Amino acid sequence: MTAATMFEKIWRRHIVVDRDDGYTLLYIDRHLMHDGSAMGFAKLRERNIKVRRPERSFATPDHYVRSDSGRIDDIVDPRHKRMIEQIGENTTAHRVTLFGLGDARQGIAHVVGPEQGITQPGLTLVCGDSHTSTHGALGALAFGIGTSEVAHVMATQCLWQRKPKAMRVTVDGQLGVGVTAKDVILAVIGKIGAAGAVGHVIEYAGSAIRSLSIEGRLTVCNMSIEAGARAGMVAPDDKTIAYLEGRPFAPKGADWNAAVELWRTLPSDAEAVFDREVRLSAADVEPMMTWGTSPEDALPISARVPDPASVADSAKQEAMQRALDYMGLTPGTRLDELPVDRVFIGSCTNSRIEDLRDAARIVRGRKATVPAWVVAGSGLIKRQAEAEGLDQIFREANFEWREQPGCSMCVGMNGDIGKPGQRIASTSNRNFVGRQGPGVRTHLVSPAMAAAAAITGHFTDVRQLPV
Amino acid sequence: MQPFTTLEAIAVPLDQPNVDTDQIVPARFLREPRQIQAEIYFYDLRYDDEGRPRPEFVLNQPSYNGARIMVADRNFGCGSSRECAVTVLLDNGFRTVIAPSFSDIFFNNCFQNGVLPIRLDADRVKQIREMLHFSPGARIAIDLANQTVLGPDGKTDHFAVDSFRKDCLLKGVDDINLTLSYEGDIAAFEARQRETMAWLG
Repeated sequence: MTAATMFEKIWRRHIVVDRDDGYTLLYIDRHLMHDGSAMGFAKLRERNIKVRRPERSFATPDHYVRSDSGRIDDIVDPRHKRMIEQIGENTTAHRVTLFGLGDARQGIAHVVGPEQGITQPGLTLVCGDSHTSTHGALGALAFGIGTSEVAHVMATQCLWQRKPKAMRVTVDGQLGVGVTAKDVILAVIGKIGAAGAVGHVIEYAGSAIRSLSIEGRLTVCNMSIEAGARAGMVAPDDKTIAYLEGRPFAPKGADWNAAVELWRTLPSDAEAVFDREVRLSAADVEPMMTWGTSPEDALPISARVPDPASVADSAKQEAMQRALDYMGLTPGTRLDELPVDRVFIGSCTNSRIEDLRDAARIVRGRKATVPAWVVAGSGLIKRQAEAEGLDQIFREANFEWREQPGCSMCVGMNGDIGKPGQRIASTSNRNFVGRQGPGVRTHLVSPAMAAAAAITGHFTDVRQLPV
Repeated sequence: MQPFTTLEAIAVPLDQPNVDTDQIVPARFLREPRQIQAEIYFYDLRYDDEGRPRPEFVLNQPSYNGARIMVADRNFGCGSSRECAVTVLLDNGFRTVIAPSFSDIFFNNCFQNGVLPIRLDADRVKQIREMLHFSPGARIAIDLANQTVLGPDGKTDHFAVDSFRKDCLLKGVDDINLTLSYEGDIAAFEARQRETMAWLG
């Protein structure tokens, strides 16, 4: 057999039907559901169909959860409450495993999947959410789908797909002090653009990616969609296997050995050819932040607000001006002089234990000068952080240690939003117009950079705050 | 799903690149029923902070009333997977979006709802948008069977579309029914997988 990429190997293992018109009926091993999946269940009801493989499906409420309370009766908006109730009703009716409110395993779907060992190397995994690309960090082929496709997977456990192209992003070298996985992915998106990987599955490779923890790899793969990629992946290695061993839904005993044997065969062959190659030097990556309204508007913290006059293309100039107007920025201003009104640490990008430790390291012994929230990605992460005393560090620094894990301020649909005109340092993944509430200005940063901004009240090069 | 064969209609130009699905349906409206979502589409671009229509926004201009084709810029529909970003277009009469590129998820969601996304060369799309600005109310004709777009200048462009998606659109075929006809293949796959990856159950 010819040399194959990891993506190619996983794709081949999941072909149910290959049509000669280029379309493949692809088998889906895992389906994650959240409170927004109610519409998919409704489509199934219309046809009187049951979920085909309930034991392959897992659900947890995240989008509509309030971060200040885990009690469903505290949800004021009856429509939000209904979304959370429905996930309970639907998973009961269809015998799907639910990690509901009140269960310590509840959290953001893209945090819960890896944490529970549901996400594994070599699997196909989908969810009705664009950030499903996250799960590729463990060597799975994982991508987001719309409601019709959610219903399709529920009914058939398959999807019609045209095979995407393969792209490799290689990051070699050693990341500098204070430079994290978030900075790497912001640098990648800044380099290739928000549509830079459309139609492609990205494999992240190179020594800098290998040296990232699983948490870091999850952050990198999470934002693949912000570069337009169908999915992001990292080859499974010893770290992946060590991470998965003993997790509740990971294989056990003889199955574990068989699984590991298979996982070892997944990495791309040395001679495998990618449709596109992009390279970055780890040493060149600085702590990053976004200035505009697309994740591609990413710059090192040492940079200044860009000037539309410096761009030749008139359409680009216009888009840049529109972003500057919305963000309330003047060209030439140093990014590290921009004041911050509020800080959010959380989301499927950066709410894992390592993210919270990174932020706590900066916060320890200091005080926040602006309102700052920390929302853990799952109940288990929250519990672990509390066992490590991280919540105390945050509380003593006047951060709010929020009660209930969920998407919170990343999605602007659960009541956690900013006020018009507020400038927010956010560890989330999208700085779109209105993403965190109408008129809110979002700047994407790493957890450490968000923590630093909360302390100083303006964007700050985290390397200038001694730990 | 309503079949798509030909369409001849007013086209509206939307100049911004990277129009994300939060612009098409802001998150705060996601829990609303489809009927309300159709009314609020592009809300923050159509209305100012006080809820007054922004006259400069193209969808507020009466000369484009009745438009059924949107001509957009690169990476249209990027961001979240929300399918209502497609259904609000459909419910406002749009059956086609023409752009240099689309996000993958939005592109797939279009075909699930009988909307035809057409990719054309960026320079040509820009040229068409300029014509539509210059002559508001100008029309475009689309023929899916022949895969052609007849521009306001009388020039015909050929577009690519997967034959699988094309057939489904022309016939208005629903994916789920099609897939259920492959039940034998799916069951055979599952039987094989039970042997090779027993731990998945």
